[in-house]
Amino acid sequence: MGNRLRRTMMFVPGNNPGMVKDAYIYKCDSIMFDLEDSVALSEKDAARYLVYNALRAIDYGEKELVVRINDVRSDCGKMDIRAMVASKIDVIRLAKTETVDDVLICEKEIEKAEAEFNIQKGSTKMMAAIESALGVLNAKDIAFASERLVAIALGAEDYVTDMKTKRYKDAQELFFARSMILHAARAAKIDALDTVFSNLHDEEGFINEVKFIKKLGFDGKSIINPRQIEPVINIYEPTQDEIDDAIDVIDAIKEANEKNSGVINLNGKMVDRPIVLRAQRIIDLAKASRLI
Amino acid sequence: MKSKDKNNIPKFGNLSNSHPLFTNEKIFKDTKSCIEREEYESKVLYDIKDAIIKSKLTDGMTISFHHHFRDGDYVLNLVMDVIANMGFKNLTLASSSLMSTHSSLIQHVKNGVITRIETSGLRGELAKAVSKGLLDIPVVFRSHGGRAYAIKNGDIKIDVAFLGAPSCDSFGNANGYSRDHDNGIICGSLGYAKTDAQYANCVIILTDNLVPFPNLPAGIYQSNVDYVVKVDSIGNPNGIMSGATRFTKNPKELLIAETTAEIIEASGVLKDGFSLQMGSGGASLASARFLKEKMIKKGIKANFALGGITKAIVNLHEEGLIKKILDVQSFDLEAAKSLKNNRFHQQVSAYYYASPNNPGSAVNQLDLVILSALEVDVNFNVNVLTGSDGMIRGAIGGHQDTSAGASLSIIVCPLTRGRIASIVDKVNTIVTPGKTVDIVITDQGVAVNPNRIDLIEKLKKSSINITSIESLRDKALTLVGKGQDIEYSDKVVGIVTYRDGSVIDLIYQVKESVDDEL
Repeated sequence: MGNRLRRTMMFVPGNNPGMVKDAYIYKCDSIMFDLEDSVALSEKDAARYLVYNALRAIDYGEKELVVRINDVRSDCGKMDIRAMVASKIDVIRLAKTETVDDVLICEKEIEKAEAEFNIQKGSTKMMAAIESALGVLNAKDIAFASERLVAIALGAEDYVTDMKTKRYKDAQELFFARSMILHAARAAKIDALDTVFSNLHDEEGFINEVKFIKKLGFDGKSIINPRQIEPVINIYEPTQDEIDDAIDVIDAIKEANEKNSGVINLNGKMVDRPIVLRAQRIIDLAKASRLI
Repeated sequence: MKSKDKNNIPKFGNLSNSHPLFTNEKIFKDTKSCIEREEYESKVLYDIKDAIIKSKLTDGMTISFHHHFRDGDYVLNLVMDVIANMGFKNLTLASSSLMSTHSSLIQHVKNGVITRIETSGLRGELAKAVSKGLLDIPVVFRSHGGRAYAIKNGDIKIDVAFLGAPSCDSFGNANGYSRDHDNGIICGSLGYAKTDAQYANCVIILTDNLVPFPNLPAGIYQSNVDYVVKVDSIGNPNGIMSGATRFTKNPKELLIAETTAEIIEASGVLKDGFSLQMGSGGASLASARFLKEKMIKKGIKANFALGGITKAIVNLHEEGLIKKILDVQSFDLEAAKSLKNNRFHQQVSAYYYASPNNPGSAVNQLDLVILSALEVDVNFNVNVLTGSDGMIRGAIGGHQDTSAGASLSIIVCPLTRGRIASIVDKVNTIVTPGKTVDIVITDQGVAVNPNRIDLIEKLKKSSINITSIESLRDKALTLVGKGQDIEYSDKVVGIVTYRDGSVIDLIYQVKESVDDEL
C-alpha cells in the first residue's frame, strides 16, 4: 500500500449497479465508491448494501478500493464503516474532515469493526478529504492524526463555498488550500490528491489543471468520469530521459549490491536515498504507463 | 465502276439475319430535340400500377427492393400496396434488407400477396412476427455478398426490381444524389441496388426528382432501366439520413476502441497502403479516432476504406489519411455528401464489394475489418441476427463477407449488455463461422482465435494482455449468471445461409410466453 500510485481516483456512485459492477475495466489507479453526496438520503441503505455485496462478489483486480462514507458522527456513517470494513475495503475516505477528532472517531469505529469481523487490526486504511477553511488550517494535524492515513485530499466545491467565493478558471482561489494540503501530506509522508474537475466538456481546462497540480507536487487527482483517466496518465507519464536516468540509478544500485559495495556512484555523482526513491517512482510511473 | 454484289461476299457467305441488306426506306431521321425526346420518348410513367402492368408481373414471381433509404423508405410500402390492390398473390420478396418501417408487409403476408422473403435482415414488428411464425415458408437470410452472388448465379431470379432513387433522368440514369438538382433527399451510394439493376428482368426506378438528361454521375445506368415512375415522395429525409454519426462518449465503447487501435498496431497490419473497413457501431467508429493518431504518428496512409461509409471515414479521407473510398452504402449525410463531392469517393455494387466467387471482390483486399456482434461463442462463431430472447433483430449485412475476406477480422463487443452475456458457450444463431474470426475485443479482455498462431505471437510481444475466449465466457457468467433457455417450437422460421448459399444455421419459432399474451 505504501508506494502505490494514486494518479487517478475515480468516483463511482454507490447506488449505480451498472457502474459499480465493472468499474475495474478502466485504467484508474483507485476506485472510490461514493456513499455520501452522490447518494440521496432515501438510497443510503441500498447503496451501502450494493457496494458491500459488490466488494464481496466482484474481483476488482489490482485496483485500490476506496469508499467515501457519510458523516462519521451519524448512524449512517457508522453503519457505512461497519459494512465496509466487513467487506475488506482497502481505504475508508472521510468527507469534510475538519479536526483531528474526526479522524480519531473514524479510526475508533474502524477498530471496532475490525475486531468484530476478525480482520487484522490496522489493515483498513484511511483517507481524509479536507473541504473547509477549518480543515485547511488543521491540515497538518489531520495528516499526522492516524497511522492508518494514506492520503489527504482537497474537496474544492465545499471549500470555496465556505470561503465565500466560487471556482474560477485560473483556480487562484484554491492555491492556499492546495499548498497547505500538499505541505501537510509531504510532512506526514502520505499522498496528496487534488479535487475533482467537474466540467467534462472542458477538456483543455482539465488538462491545464492537471499539468498545474502535477507541477505543484500532487500525487494525482480525483476524477468523475473514465474519460478523464487518459489525460491524467499522459501528463504523469515520465519522459524518456527521466526513464533512462531512473534505469541507470536502479542498475547502479543492483551493481553495487552485487559487488557488496556500500557506496553507490553513478557518473561521478553519489546516489543517495532521495535519488533512489525518485528513480523508483519514475520506474513505477513508466511501468503504469506501459512505457517499460 | 465495279458492280458490288452485296448478296454474295467472298468467304463471308450469304447475308444472314444479323447482317440484312440495308434498305433506305427503313431509315427515319428523328429531329426531336433532347427536351422533346424527354417528353415523348422517355421511360417515364406517372403511375406505379401502369409500370407494374408493363413489367408483366404475374403471380409467383420475384420482386426486389433496396434498403438504401433505411427507416425513411416509402417505396416498398407504396409499391406493395399497389401490388396488393392489383390482386397479385404468391410473390417472393427479395429485398437487400428490411427495416422497422416495413411492418406493413405483415398484412401482405397474411393476405397471401407475399409467401416467401429473402433478405439480409429483419427489424421491428416484422422481425417479431416472423420470429413467431408469420410465414409458412422460412425466410432466407443472405449476406450482401451472398445475395449478389445468388442473383448473379440465378439462385435469386429477380423478375421485377423496384428501385427508389433520389434523382433520375427520363431515360433511367439514376443516382443516390444529384450534383445539379438536389431536392433535399439524398442517400449517397446505390450499391445494393446496382446489382438488382444489372440482373433483374425488368427494372423500374421510382423517383420524386426527375432531372434533365444526362444525370451524371449515375449509380444505375439507363441501359439497365426499363421504366421510371415519378412519384410524389420516395421517403422521409430524416429517416433516410441521420445527421453526422457522432463519436460515442460512452466510456466503455471508448475503452474498447482504444484497445482495438492498440491491437491493430501491434498486429502489424498498420503499414503504409493498408486497407480497412469499420462498422457504424459506437466502439467500431470510435476506433477510427485512435487509429488516426497512430497513423499520423507513424506517417502512414491507408490505400482505401470499404463498405458502409460514415463521417469518421470521410474525415480521414479529407485529411489525406485514406486515399480512396469504396462506398456500398452511405451511413450518414456526411458520407453521402462526400460521395457527391470527392473524386476518389466512389460507389461500388454489392457484387464488386463482397461476392464470394470473385477473387477481385473488394472484401478480399481488406487488411482489417472491425465488426460488432450480439453474441460470440467459445468457437468464435458470431451471431448478429437473433437476440437473447431468440427473436430476429438484426441483419447479416457484410459481416460474413468481410470477416472471411479481411486478413484481420476484429469483433468488438461489451462483455455484457445489462444482464445479458455477449460471450457465451454457444450462440443462438451462427451467422459468421468462427474459422473466419480472428480476434474478439471486449471491455474486459481480448481473446485471439487459437488458429491465428501468428497473431498470438505478435500480440505476445506487445503490452496487450490476451486471455482465452473461455475465460471471457466465465467472467461474463460470474457477472450476470446464466439466462433461462429460450423455448422454441419445431417450426423453422429462418434459414441462415453462408455467403456461398450453403445453409449455416436455422432459426426456430420462439414459443409465445405468458408475458407476450399480457
